[in-house]
Amino acid sequence: MNRLRNILLVCVVAALSAPTVRTAWAQEADAPPLQRWSFAGPFGVYDPAQLQRGFKIYREVCSTCHSLKLVAFRNLADSGGPGFTEAQATAVAAEFQVTDGPNDQGQMFQRPGKISDYFPPPFPNDQAARAALGGKLPPDMSVLAKARSYERGFPWFIFEAFTEYQEDGPDYIHAILTGYTDPPAGFSLPPGGQYNKYFPGHAIGMPKPLSDGQVPYTDGTPTTVDQYGRDVAAFLMWTAEPKLDARKRLGFQVMIFLIVFTGLLYFTKKRVWHAVLHHPELLESRPPTEYPRS
Amino acid sequence: MSGHSIYKPQSPFMQWLERRLPIASLVHSSFIAYPTPRNLNYWWTFGGILTFMLGVQIITGVVLAMHYTPHVDHAFNSVETIMRDVDYGWLLRYVHANGASFFFVAVYAHIARGMYYGSYKDPREVLWILGVILFLLMVVTGFMGYVLPWGQMSFWAATVITNLFSAIPIFGNSIVTWLWGGFAVGNPTLNRFYSLHYLLPFVIAGVVVLHIWALHMVGQNNPTGVEPKTEKDTVAFTPYATVKDAFFVGLFCIVYAWFVFYIPNYLGHSDNYIPANPGQTPTHIVPEWYYLPFYAILRAIPDKLLGVIALAGSIILLAFLPWLDTSRVRSANYRPLYRQFLFLFFLVVIGLGYLGSQPPEGGYVIAARILTLYYFVYLLIILPLLGLFETTKPLPNSISESVLREGVPAGASAPPPAGAKS
Repeated sequence: MNRLRNILLVCVVAALSAPTVRTAWAQEADAPPLQRWSFAGPFGVYDPAQLQRGFKIYREVCSTCHSLKLVAFRNLADSGGPGFTEAQATAVAAEFQVTDGPNDQGQMFQRPGKISDYFPPPFPNDQAARAALGGKLPPDMSVLAKARSYERGFPWFIFEAFTEYQEDGPDYIHAILTGYTDPPAGFSLPPGGQYNKYFPGHAIGMPKPLSDGQVPYTDGTPTTVDQYGRDVAAFLMWTAEPKLDARKRLGFQVMIFLIVFTGLLYFTKKRVWHAVLHHPELLESRPPTEYPRS
Repeated sequence: MSGHSIYKPQSPFMQWLERRLPIASLVHSSFIAYPTPRNLNYWWTFGGILTFMLGVQIITGVVLAMHYTPHVDHAFNSVETIMRDVDYGWLLRYVHANGASFFFVAVYAHIARGMYYGSYKDPREVLWILGVILFLLMVVTGFMGYVLPWGQMSFWAATVITNLFSAIPIFGNSIVTWLWGGFAVGNPTLNRFYSLHYLLPFVIAGVVVLHIWALHMVGQNNPTGVEPKTEKDTVAFTPYATVKDAFFVGLFCIVYAWFVFYIPNYLGHSDNYIPANPGQTPTHIVPEWYYLPFYAILRAIPDKLLGVIALAGSIILLAFLPWLDTSRVRSANYRPLYRQFLFLFFLVVIGLGYLGSQPPEGGYVIAARILTLYYFVYLLIILPLLGLFETTKPLPNSISESVLREGVPAGASAPPPAGAKS
């Protein structure tokens, strides 16, 4: 019987490992290199300075094409965010023109942004964006860092549950921003496409958005594409998951409570069951019950 | 819930109430004095865990419903509003979304335990069938819940799954149109899914009452599969089962909290953070992990109608386990052959789960076909035949005997009880 079982087991293992011919899946892209993120791990928190730098990149580069519709100016002053003061957030808002209305004359009008406004989109609608950008629609960036990922496959996805790897989105975004290279010989790039070694299919519609020294930093941080990519990816992780700091902080408290509470329950259980497991003769005098006899 | 209760109301009020509505004695006989086999292991705590999870899902779900907007133009953003602007909205949503996964973790453990220890056998057939109905209700409820955030996976999962009904001959397309409330998955679909997603948990709660009622009629099975015969074979539900269940709910919650607080999006698919777009099909449409084995069975079969039949059959067949399994011995502990085939069955289901997550091409399809074949061969051929040909190990005469045969732990002063004869 053991032989039969072994044969069956081998069949299962073979069936699972045989499909190494991974056609469409494997063509997609290289795996993004893992980055160090301040917000990784159980005690991870956002680095406000990095979020401010990332915000600067978004504002000076990305926002030309990408909207950020779910984020309001007030969020810039939220705790666990870029750490702007309310006055600073108000000042940032005032630099944007927001469409409001209709007014008493029934007209839409432009006014400076207020802190309660959401980031105005660069194009009035998706059709306008497509018309201006050669038919391509740049995705909204609000939850982009959670909407992008890549497959690390078996068995990595099992380890990720233990290593708490949730930074696949920012890793991917950073990889895309730094992954523009010349296409390898023989790769036919479709018109309007750029070669990116981390993009699934390699032909990305977005032109290379960042180059070294493009955005000046005032805090001495190196102005390289690699650093820009990391900063803006961190910023986008914050826009996608603005409550991450609070979540991890509460999580630690909940974990401590649960471990202590479950530990107490364990000792209670041990105490209650002691007689059943070790002194079964003591249970003879238990009051009668109503068990239906078979 | 049957027979007399030993509950004696003490206070005048409780005596007054007892004569009018004997609810206190019902609770007493069901959850305090109710005898449970003394040899239950921790696999028996998943029933309590499932009840706990149903409560968690209903409470978080009701609050989420206060903030959610079931409209194709607003659903995605209303979920994001919950995540951003509702106080602890992120917590509610992550507890609810991961709660669905952990609900299924618990139900799969519960089902596996029932299969291993033969808990479906006479006289527990109705109890088992109610359990399969509960599982089906959970599958439907979970699926509809996954559609509500109206992301890409929500939309395309709804499209793919509702389209399965188009495989039904003659009426297929009419049924699909009827399910959608239109000619494509759209606002009417989202609205009815929302309505049903709110309704079904209460249907589940109702069937849970029946499930527990049936359980209390026949009593719990136990690792030996031998019915309790004397008082010594059982202990009172409270405090023994209560404290054991509570301890394991605590352990379960630690793992659950790990996911909620540290890897809340691990079990989800990143595409569901892209708003639904009927004009753009995702590269791979993948259901939630808990449906993957059944999804693999569906795709393993080249014909659409047969695939749907296999999918439905893979769950419905489970309801017939009491009759497919012909052995009179319940517990796999005493069935050496059954045990091996069953573990292989569990491995096959896990394997199907992996294959369901992979693209349906090349070796994956071949592997899925082999495993699907085993799934059905096991249920329809191996299981009935095993009962006829298998030589089982000798059963203990009673639960107490099996407990004492395993030995009184060292240092315990208990002599073998005089009445251990059965």
